[in-house]
Amino acid sequence: MKLAAVTSAELRMLPQIFIAFLKIGPSTFGGGYAMMATIEKEVVERKGWMKTEEMGDMVSVAGSAPGGVAVNSAAFIGYRLGGVVGAIAAVSGITLPTLAIILLLGLTYSFFADYVKVQAALKGIHAAVVALILVAAWKMARASLFDTLTYMLAAAALAVLLLTNLSSVWLILGGPVIGMAVMGIRRSRKLDVQTEPMSERSNKEAMLPEYYI
Amino acid sequence: MLWELFIVFFRVGCLAFGGGYAIMSLIQRETAGMGWIGIEQFQEIGALSGMAPGSIATNSATLIGYEQGGLAGAIVATTGMILPSLILVVLLAAFFIRLHDRLSVRSAFYGLRPIITALIVYAAISFGFGGQAESGGLFGWETLGMLLICGGCLLAIVKYKLHPLVVLLLSAVAGIVIF
Repeated sequence: MKLAAVTSAELRMLPQIFIAFLKIGPSTFGGGYAMMATIEKEVVERKGWMKTEEMGDMVSVAGSAPGGVAVNSAAFIGYRLGGVVGAIAAVSGITLPTLAIILLLGLTYSFFADYVKVQAALKGIHAAVVALILVAAWKMARASLFDTLTYMLAAAALAVLLLTNLSSVWLILGGPVIGMAVMGIRRSRKLDVQTEPMSERSNKEAMLPEYYI
Repeated sequence: MLWELFIVFFRVGCLAFGGGYAIMSLIQRETAGMGWIGIEQFQEIGALSGMAPGSIATNSATLIGYEQGGLAGAIVATTGMILPSLILVVLLAAFFIRLHDRLSVRSAFYGLRPIITALIVYAAISFGFGGQAESGGLFGWETLGMLLICGGCLLAIVKYKLHPLVVLLLSAVAGIVIF
């Protein structure tokens, strides 16, 4: 693992990495596929830092780690280019614009929070954000629910969330355990082990599942 | 205080599989448990967070951090939220681990994704209507108005493919008209 030993070439890269992701930051609105395309354009086409083939590695890693796929991709590319320090530079770059925008929004709102019209507008936005969350849920459902067990797991988890006071931590930890147990049993009985829904989409799109958010 | 902010959001950040939506209810639970914010304030914070680019969960962390500890709080909370991703991605990239090539990992995600789906649906319900349910006004004009706007937004996104930012602006106008 490349850690402390930063070469001078890598050191010169750091500001470039930071600025490249600083520019990508504000365009991460809505995340997912659109943002991946933006990153690919900047990093592969314009800068020539990585090859298109390497983007597959990036998607694989960024999608399986916790956190937003934008930040994870930045960390991956930053690490490849400049080690741990490069990863930190890339993540800072992609995060800072968002941080500034959300703080500005928060401050602006707190100035005008007493106006009835502003409160009403925020209630409208609140409803819209609920809609955005539902769209994300729909995309996630399409990518995850395809056999009896996955439907039952989702229904059971939703019931637990709505009816009990159990922390979702246990669900997030329990899901993988159930998945591995079931697939282990299926494999030992020589049954098929399909872990993802059949994809009807083209390769390019299948590489960038739309549930990434 | 800053240390508490960091720890709470670091913990949440470790569980942020599938992006930010799935852990909105966890953030609400954890920060309410610390006595930091109530449900109505959380709804305001969530609505503002949805308007900015980036993950809604990280944006919420930034705003809650700011509420609690000013600019330093905002930075500490955001860092706590992002650090688990950063560490894990660097480790995976360093050892060239392609998780999706392994059956055990794919099996784990097979079990995890339905849970994430349920968590996101629950996030929509609790974030959308938790406040009204708590104040006892779940079956009032406010809920009806929200459902109207929410339904309109779904139509606009799914059928007319409008950009989320346009949808948010239109719903702000709709909010002023209705509420």
